[in-house]
Amino acid sequence: MSSVEAGQDAKPSTVTQIIRDLREAAVLTGAERRGLTAAAVVTAAWACLPFISDGYLLSLGISITIFAGLATSWTLFSGPTNYISLATAAFFGIGMYIVAGGVNLLPYPVLILIAAIAGGLFAALIGLATLRIAGVYFVIFSLGLAELVRQVVSWGQHVMGTSSGLYVLIDRSDSAFFWQLLVLTIVVYLVSWWIGRSRLGFALRIIGNDEVVAVHCGINTARAKVVLFVISSTFAAIAGALVAPRWSYVEPTLAFSPFLSFQVVIMSLLGGVHRLWGPLLGVIPFTILWEFISAKFPSQTTLLLGVAFLLIVYFIPHGVIGLIEDLMKRRGGLLNSLRAMLKKDGGK
Amino acid sequence: MTDPSIALNIEGVSKRFGGLVAVNNISFALPANKVLGLIGPNGSGKTTMINLISGALKPSGGTIHLHGETISERPAAEIATLGLARTFQIVRMLPGMTVLENVQAGGVFGHRRRWGTELRDHSRALLAKVGLQGVEDTVVSALTYIDQKRVELARALASDPKVLLLDEWLAGLNPTELRTGIALIEQLRTEGRTILIVEHVMDAIRSLCDSCVVMSSGIKIAEGTPREVLSDVEVIRAYLGDADA
Repeated sequence: MSSVEAGQDAKPSTVTQIIRDLREAAVLTGAERRGLTAAAVVTAAWACLPFISDGYLLSLGISITIFAGLATSWTLFSGPTNYISLATAAFFGIGMYIVAGGVNLLPYPVLILIAAIAGGLFAALIGLATLRIAGVYFVIFSLGLAELVRQVVSWGQHVMGTSSGLYVLIDRSDSAFFWQLLVLTIVVYLVSWWIGRSRLGFALRIIGNDEVVAVHCGINTARAKVVLFVISSTFAAIAGALVAPRWSYVEPTLAFSPFLSFQVVIMSLLGGVHRLWGPLLGVIPFTILWEFISAKFPSQTTLLLGVAFLLIVYFIPHGVIGLIEDLMKRRGGLLNSLRAMLKKDGGK
Repeated sequence: MTDPSIALNIEGVSKRFGGLVAVNNISFALPANKVLGLIGPNGSGKTTMINLISGALKPSGGTIHLHGETISERPAAEIATLGLARTFQIVRMLPGMTVLENVQAGGVFGHRRRWGTELRDHSRALLAKVGLQGVEDTVVSALTYIDQKRVELARALASDPKVLLLDEWLAGLNPTELRTGIALIEQLRTEGRTILIVEHVMDAIRSLCDSCVVMSSGIKIAEGTPREVLSDVEVIRAYLGDADA
């Protein structure tokens, strides 16, 4: 699995050190064990969704599951480093096109594997070339990247004389789709959680705080960033490969839509990028809201997406999770001051 | 040929920024377990020198060896793993992290690598050593300036570096803090650490340094014990101008 390679890559240490690391990582505090149990229960309940509904609710559930996976894997890289990537659609589209192009040639699972490898390799190439640029330059670059790939694919199709789109006809029930995507999302969560506890995750947080300090602490910042970018993008490519059959018709404007990249960023920011389950708090309300908006105002979606972006960045820069933590802190503060007052009264 | 008693050897190092020669053919050696002071008026190239040694800048000419290993061509991260740690002229904290995490950051990827409980215990011990206890879990922005400097020092020490570079570590401290700061470096000195300090505080230079290198306009103008160089005519002229020499 890519995550294991990444971990070893980030810590060129002896075998004994790795074993000791793994043993340390396996020791969970009480709170972590409770959190894991709760997450497992919620996931198990969510996995039962197809038994309850096979219509609208399931399709909403599929959307939430896809975006939970995409937003969490986006946050894996962009959260700690503050590199806002608008390239999700590039990798998602690559995954989708590999399935669309190879569906009559190779078995579907092989295509998913190829999509993952292709997405990862492309991300490595892009990462090595561009992760030295930071801030707004990287944002613009990542947006342009998706557009570039789209144009190249369109051109390729034109040259080969095929029509503007490709059909992906694989027979899968909605429940099967849902479970496939759920497995991907669970893997994304486990990998993110594991990286968050690893040296690689720590290195990324240091880089996000101050890259100069990171370098002088001995961190190979370029390597750490590329590794994370590759992991994050590989997940986006796999997601594209899994979603392709559900769309059944794939064309460049749909597969590489900048809309998708923006949605992922907005959802992650809405939820909050500094906690593992932060993006999920953005994905659930935003997906539901989006279903409503695209049903009621089908021709104004882009406008409303832009407005949503502005409102979120302006009013809740730290996301829903930031609001919750502030609230808890304030309540904690209130309780403490109450306690102090009572103490004073008792002392009289 | 390498002399094992020399920790840091700087040979004919220069740095040009366009037409400006910030560091001009500087050579000196820092013996192991000694404290060397790099002094000179503002703009004389001291911080550039520190940046060249730590790899933040690449020299235009000359070589730098760390215990016989050539470091002048290597990237900063690699130099750090070879055993060189530094602090910054203007304190650099990791603002989104706790005090303990700030120290831990120095001990995971550098010269001596630690992780997990070992790292935590080591970082706690370092915080205690620099005089910070009971604030491990607070955010660094809540600390006073000297306490932030202590955190930075603990972070630099976290990887058990062979050579420590302190870039005006005492600058910006009030007189009381200054005494504490000098005592702290004195303690590191008695532990036998190898330290290169860039400093303006002459009291600190006199009491801490085994030897001194004086720079002016990118050139080395004097070298010797603090007593010698501080009475050197050339040095006084560099600091105060001709009339007082």
